[in-house]
Amino acid sequence: MGYGLLWPNPCYLPHTTIKESGRMSELATTLDLERIEVQATDKTVFGFWVYLMTDCVLFAGLFAVYAVLHGNTFGGPSGHELFKLPYVLIETMVLLTSSFTCGLAMLAAQRRDRTQVLLWLGVTFLLGLTFLGLELSEFRNMVLDGNSWRRSGFLSSYFTLVGTHGLHITFGLIWMAVTAVFTLKKGLTHGILKRLTLLSLFWHFLDVVWIFIFTIVYLFGGLSI
Amino acid sequence: MLATLLGRLNWDQLPQDAITRGGAGSIVFGALGIIALITYLRRWKWLWKEWLTTQDPKKIGVMYIIVALVMLLRGAGDALLMRTQQAVASGSTAGPLDSYHFQQIFSAHGTIMIFFVAMGLMFGLINLVLPLQIGARDVAFPFLNATSFWLFFAGMALVNLSLVLGDFSAAGWLAYPPLSELKYSPTVGVDYWIWALQISGVGSLLSGINFLVTTLKMRAPGMTLMKMPMFAWSVLASMSLVAFAFPILTVTLTLLALDRTLGTHFFTAGMGGNAMMYVNLIWAWGHPEVYILVLPAFGIYSEVVATFARKKLFGYASMVWAIWAIVLLSFTVWLHHFFTMGAGADVNAFFGIMTGVIAIPTGVKIFNWLFTMHRGRIKFSTPMLWFMGFVVIFTIGGVAGVMMSVPAIDYQVHNSLFLVAHFHMMIVGGVVFGYFAGLTYWFPKIFGFRLNERLGRYAFWCWGVGFTMAFVPLYILGLMGATRRLDHYDASLGWQPLFIVAGLGVLILAAGIGFQILQLVVSIWQRDGNRDLTGDPWNGRTLEWSVPSPAPVYNFTSIPVVAERDQFWEDKQAGKKPVARYEDILLPKNTGAGIWIAGFAFLIGFGMIWHMYWLSVVALLGVVATIVVRASDDEPEYILTAKEVEKMDHALARRGSQYV
Repeated sequence: MGYGLLWPNPCYLPHTTIKESGRMSELATTLDLERIEVQATDKTVFGFWVYLMTDCVLFAGLFAVYAVLHGNTFGGPSGHELFKLPYVLIETMVLLTSSFTCGLAMLAAQRRDRTQVLLWLGVTFLLGLTFLGLELSEFRNMVLDGNSWRRSGFLSSYFTLVGTHGLHITFGLIWMAVTAVFTLKKGLTHGILKRLTLLSLFWHFLDVVWIFIFTIVYLFGGLSI
Repeated sequence: MLATLLGRLNWDQLPQDAITRGGAGSIVFGALGIIALITYLRRWKWLWKEWLTTQDPKKIGVMYIIVALVMLLRGAGDALLMRTQQAVASGSTAGPLDSYHFQQIFSAHGTIMIFFVAMGLMFGLINLVLPLQIGARDVAFPFLNATSFWLFFAGMALVNLSLVLGDFSAAGWLAYPPLSELKYSPTVGVDYWIWALQISGVGSLLSGINFLVTTLKMRAPGMTLMKMPMFAWSVLASMSLVAFAFPILTVTLTLLALDRTLGTHFFTAGMGGNAMMYVNLIWAWGHPEVYILVLPAFGIYSEVVATFARKKLFGYASMVWAIWAIVLLSFTVWLHHFFTMGAGADVNAFFGIMTGVIAIPTGVKIFNWLFTMHRGRIKFSTPMLWFMGFVVIFTIGGVAGVMMSVPAIDYQVHNSLFLVAHFHMMIVGGVVFGYFAGLTYWFPKIFGFRLNERLGRYAFWCWGVGFTMAFVPLYILGLMGATRRLDHYDASLGWQPLFIVAGLGVLILAAGIGFQILQLVVSIWQRDGNRDLTGDPWNGRTLEWSVPSPAPVYNFTSIPVVAERDQFWEDKQAGKKPVARYEDILLPKNTGAGIWIAGFAFLIGFGMIWHMYWLSVVALLGVVATIVVRASDDEPEYILTAKEVEKMDHALARRGSQYV
């Protein structure tokens, strides 16, 4: 058949490899590895922004569903009766602070201060975990009172919207832990810096989504607008 | 304990009757046959090293297309069964199928054709062609690209597994609730549908992001957006649509899955659910989806018409405008799929008008193609024939669509065979013919030899005549009152003759498919006589024709510099000979991580379907673990030295490429 298609992949030939370490490859090559690295980071960050926008559409869909269903309480409680705004305020402050500490981690990364990066990442992680704990506790109380997602269309949409955000936070925390381990082991290489950038974008994005949830679900619902 | 472990799995989920056994048998023996063949030829290692772990978009594209064409056979088989049923089951005559099977067959037919044939061919062709056309070596994210293919494969595997274990959805290709809710569809069928689409949908979304970034960030130096080939524009537009539309599908499938597993009330008939919301959500995805499918086909037509009319594309700028008008408008028409659901005259009027408006940019494109042909020196090679078939069939179907955009008319023909004829003419005439044209057109670039022209012509005519014969009677039947998805009808209606004509049409169409298979076999057999020695078998205009055929893994020895549209054509007219420069090239190493991720995704789906939730949780951890392992890989790329590139290029040049 076609030669090129059925040729053995050259990656199995004796070849040179590059070491992903932020240093120039020790092996002689005409490739401008620095420039390639910069272009790759540019592409990856841009691609991640595009992904975040699709995630935005996902949340928009869930918000739309919430908008349609938020009145369908089927005789059960509405947001006004369920939401405890002071509690939610604490949750919000925790998450906003975690966004701030994430920013501090990124500033430390720009200064190439590995210890500070790990410190602030750790604080961010703990705050995120606290947020999750508070949210799960809120969910648990609602479920124990008989107001689970099975109770009505409203509650289905509430748990799914807020729960999806919580799931994203969970994945963010796992990602944060893994990145922290990598940073510990490899130091602040080009690749690690790129990943920290993506992680912080993700974390801030989740914060923005929470602002929308806080406003539309809790404030509007709780104040029964 | 066993119940938790095995969920809903038990022995009577295996095929219980003749028809299901037949279907299951074909899948099982087909798969066993392929495994036996590979083992006999002792090619497992080769297959794994060269194809399954590849990051080369050309090979990934070939794999997409192979899967899509195999699924085309399955979807066509479904169609044959349905046509036979409807031609026979008049009055007291029973057809070969009972309702239980018929409903699964039409549901499977639509699901397979849209999600696995059309999407598969589309992503396959984009993988093959896009990087070459924009002067790039690869897509933006090669590993994501491979993973997307394997997720697509995992979804396909689930759909085919439903033939062997359990049943498939009987709720149509879009699974409207309340029918698709647990109460009315208690079996695993709808769950198979949900998870096959969810998994392959994630693959599609990732591909959308990938190709979008590729087109925006990896064009050759000098290739501004307005100098891109039209196919590249259409891909950019289609992938933008993917980015906006597919998250909606993800949400909708999730909500239906939650209703069916966790007892939520999104779409249930009571407890505050809203079934009409599903219809809105699914079509808010569904309508952009059909434009996702057709825009790359339009892009292919632009390439094919310009090449075979030996004339530059007429109205490049207006083509770009038309594409983006279609993209924007495609989000404003979704309600035309359910005028009869009761939104009221005002809402219906808005969507009816927007539906009529969206026909305009499409018309602009068709006129531009015809103006391109005007005063060209047209060669009616097979790709051009597919285009001509498209003009006729798509226009007829489109006119029917504009008719139905008027709500008052739609009330008469909604969900009738008139509708079925319309959308088949759009999808087959528009999308499928376009992808067939693309396959024939770009085949030499990927495989190094041309397809047999004569058999291609026979295939086209059988498709064209057979398809027309199969669907024009459906317009008449629809106007006579025939609803869609009927497995039986009263003899006094006088429908049977038309159904018989339609059935004969499908047989001719099947002959067309037979000719395509024959064409492939004969072309491979005769490949030495049909070699593409120059890399430019059609006297093309765009960059992909400037590399040798088959295109090597690195695409270009050095990235071309572009100064104008159709740079390659301009260079040829000016008599400029390409100069081979050799440099070190960075390429991604092969990896099996994408297969692992998709394999775990398959298990997540399998676990959710069969209520083996422990399996889904474990598999999810597996996905996370694979991603972490992949992320810890410090050397995902390798350098191909200039000397090796020179060696490979000379091997190709010896056979007469332009670089000699």
